[in-house]
Amino acid sequence: MKNYKNVIAAYSIMIFLIILVGIFQSWSIALTILNYCLISAVMTIGANIQWGYAGLINFGIMGYTALGGLAVVLVSVEPVKKAWQVGGLNILACIWIIVAIIFIVKFILNRFDKSKLRNYSVASVILGGIILLRVTAAPGIEAIESVDPAKTGFLGGMGLPVLFSWIVGALLAGSLAFVIGKIALGLRADYLAIATLLIAEIIVSIIKHEEWLARGVKNVIGLKRPAPYEIDLQTSEWFINLVAKFNSSKLSLINSISDKQEALNQMVINASSVYVKLCFTGLFLTVVIILLIVTQKALYSPWGRKMRAIRDNEEAASAMGKNIVKEHLLIFILGSAIVGLAGAMMVTNDGLFTPGSYRPMRYTFVIWVMVIVGGTGNNFGAILGGFVVWFLWVEAAPIALFLINLFTSNLPETNAVRVHLIESAPYFRFLVIGIGLLLIMRYRPQGIIPEKIIKQ
Amino acid sequence: MDFLNAIIVLFNFTVIPALAYGSQLALGAIFVTLIYAVLRFANFATGDMMSFGTMFAVILTYYFQSLGIGLGVLPTALLTIPFAILMMILYMLIIDKFVFSYYRIKKSPPVQFAMVSVGVMFVTQALIRIIIGPSDRRFLDGEKFIIKATEFKEITGLTEGITLKSTQAITIIVTLIVVSIMFWFLNRTKTGTSMRAYSDNEDLALLSGIDPKRVVLITWVIAGILATIGGVLYGLDKSYRPFVYFNNMLPIFAAAIVGGIGNPFGAFLGGYVIAFAEIFVTYAYKRFISYLLPEHLEPDSLLQLLSTDYKFAVSFSILVVVLLIRPSGIFKGKVI
Repeated sequence: MKNYKNVIAAYSIMIFLIILVGIFQSWSIALTILNYCLISAVMTIGANIQWGYAGLINFGIMGYTALGGLAVVLVSVEPVKKAWQVGGLNILACIWIIVAIIFIVKFILNRFDKSKLRNYSVASVILGGIILLRVTAAPGIEAIESVDPAKTGFLGGMGLPVLFSWIVGALLAGSLAFVIGKIALGLRADYLAIATLLIAEIIVSIIKHEEWLARGVKNVIGLKRPAPYEIDLQTSEWFINLVAKFNSSKLSLINSISDKQEALNQMVINASSVYVKLCFTGLFLTVVIILLIVTQKALYSPWGRKMRAIRDNEEAASAMGKNIVKEHLLIFILGSAIVGLAGAMMVTNDGLFTPGSYRPMRYTFVIWVMVIVGGTGNNFGAILGGFVVWFLWVEAAPIALFLINLFTSNLPETNAVRVHLIESAPYFRFLVIGIGLLLIMRYRPQGIIPEKIIKQ
Repeated sequence: MDFLNAIIVLFNFTVIPALAYGSQLALGAIFVTLIYAVLRFANFATGDMMSFGTMFAVILTYYFQSLGIGLGVLPTALLTIPFAILMMILYMLIIDKFVFSYYRIKKSPPVQFAMVSVGVMFVTQALIRIIIGPSDRRFLDGEKFIIKATEFKEITGLTEGITLKSTQAITIIVTLIVVSIMFWFLNRTKTGTSMRAYSDNEDLALLSGIDPKRVVLITWVIAGILATIGGVLYGLDKSYRPFVYFNNMLPIFAAAIVGGIGNPFGAFLGGYVIAFAEIFVTYAYKRFISYLLPEHLEPDSLLQLLSTDYKFAVSFSILVVVLLIRPSGIFKGKVI
C-alpha cells in the first residue's frame, strides 16, 4: 500500500478537480470531461504499451482512432439496401482485386530473386491494379453516392449492436497495425515516428474522401447508443419519480403547483443528460478497469519482463534468444488495437462520426503528451496523464480567460491588448500543454508517476 | 499545332505549379535535413517554425503598407524578409538555449529530442495563434501576373495559354539564389566545411578543434533563413494560415527522407520529386490527351490516376515505398 501512496494522492487531486468543475461550472460539463478523460486513458494505455513497454514510437495514433470510429459506422448503422443493390457488386469485385494484387505481389516477391526486373514487375502489377480498381469502382461508387445523397449515399453498416463495434474497432486497428508493423517496424526510432505519422494521415484521407464507405466529410450522425436517449428518459414515469425523490427537499420549498411542475421539468431535463453521461461513464470505467488489470498483470508477467529487456537492451535480449521482430510486431498490434477500441468508444460517446475532425495535433501529439506527462511504462501513470492533460486541454481556456481578466482588470474594457488576449484565450491550451511537456521532459523525464520495477 | 497546345496545357497546369510548390518544399526539406545532420534529431516543429517566421513577415508587411513603403511591382513581403529572418533566428536561438542545448549536452537519444520538439511545436503554435490568430491572411501586393493566359494566346495564336503568377516566378528565382548561396557556403567556405565535418563525425570534429557551439549557432542561423524564406514564399503563393503550415510539415518530411535525410542536395531534389509526383499523379490528363488523339478517340473520363483529394497521400506513399526499398533515400543520406 505504501508504494501506491503517491498514486492515490495524484488520483484524489484529479477527482477533486473534476468535482470542482461540477460545482463551479455544471455537473454535465464535469461528466463530459470525465468521460473524455476515460477515453483518453484508454488511448494512453495503448500508446503506453508501445512506448513504455517496448520503446516503440508510434505517431500514428490518429489513424487507429479514426479506424475505430469507422468501425462504429460499419457495424452499427443499418445497411442501405438500395446502395448495395446498385453498387455493392462493384465494391465486392474491388475487394477481390485488392486481394488478388496482394497475392500476385507476394508471389513475385517469393518466387524470384531480388533484381531490377522484379521491382519493375511489382510496380507494374500495383499500377495496373490501381487502374483496374479505378475502372471497376467508378460506376459503383457513383451509383452508391447518388442514392439519396442528403441522407445516405453510402453502403451503411451491418445494423448490429453498437457495443459489438468496439471489438471490431480494436480488430480493425490491430490488423492495420499488423500491415504497418510489417512495413515500418524495422526503421530507426525517429523514422518510425515520421512513417507512422504519414501513414495515419493516408488512412484519414482515405476515410475522408471515400464517401461510399462512411459518407466522408459529410459525416454520419445519429449513431446508435448503448445508453438510453434523453427524450425517452424525460417521458418515462420512473425517471421523473426518481428526480422528484432526489430533489424533494428543494421542491417542497416551492408553493404553487404550476411553479413546482416547471421546476421539476427543468430538473428532469438536466438530470436526463447527467444520467446518460453517467451510463457512459460506467461503461468506460469498466473498460478502463479491465484494461488496467490486464495490462498490469502483463507488465509483471514473464512476458512483461521480456518486453522491458528488449526495450532496455535489444542486443542483449536478442542474444538471449528472444525474437525481437516478432515481439515488437505483437506489441505494436496490441497497443494499436487498444487505441482503436478508444476510437470506437469516442465515436459512440459523441454519437457522430466526423472524419474531418481527425487531426494529428489532437489525436496524436496530445495523446503522446499524456503518456509522457503521466509516466512512461507505468499504467497508473499513463491513465493519470490522460486525465491531467485532457483536463488541462479543456479547462485551459476558461482558466486563461479568468487570469487574463484578473491581470488586465485595471485596463479599460476597450483596451486593444485586453480585447486581443481575451479573443485568443482558447489558444492558451497549446501553450499550457507545450510548456507542461517541456518542463516534465526536463525536470521529471519519467513522468508524474514513474515506472516501478518490482523485483521478485 | 495540336502537339504544341498539348505541351502547353501540361506545362501550365503541372510543370509551373510543381516547380513553385517544389521550391517551397525544397527549402523546408533542407531546413529539416540540416537540423537532422548537425543537431541529430527530427524536428517536429518544422512547419510551425516556418509559420513563425512568416508571421513576422506578414505583420511587418501590414506595417510597411500602412507607412506607404513598398517595392512597386514586387510584393512588399520581400522587403520584410530580412527583419523576419532576424526575429526567427532570435527565436530559434532562444529555444535552443532553453530547450535543446540541455539535451545536446546530455547526449539524449534522438527520440527524446523528437518529443522535445513536439513540445516546442505546441508552444510555437500557441504563440502564433495568440499573436496573429488562426485566420487566413493574404499579404501579397504588387503585380499579380507576369504572363496572363489571354495575352499569351494573343501573342502566340495558340488556343491554350500559359499563366505565370509573379509569386511563382519569385519563388523559383529566390529558391535558386538561396540554395546556391547555401551550397556554396557549405562546400566552399571553411565554416561550411566544419559544419559538414561536425555532421559526419562529431568526435573527430571536436578533436580537430571545431567549436561545437559555433557550428550549432551557424546551423540555426541557416535554418532560420531557410525556414523564413520558405514560409514567406509559400504564404505569398497561396495564403498564410497557421494550420496549413503545420500540415505542410508532412510533405516536407517526406521530401527530406526521400532525398536522403542529412543530405542537403538530396533534400533539395526531394522537394521537387514530391511536388512533381503529387501533381502528376493527381492531374486530369483529359485535355492533354484530347489534343494528341484524333477527335473520334477523345476520352470520356477525366483520365485522372487519383483524385486531388489524395494529393498528400501520394507523397506519403512515395515516402513509404522509399523507406521500404531504399531507406537511406534516393541520394544516400544518413544510414538508418
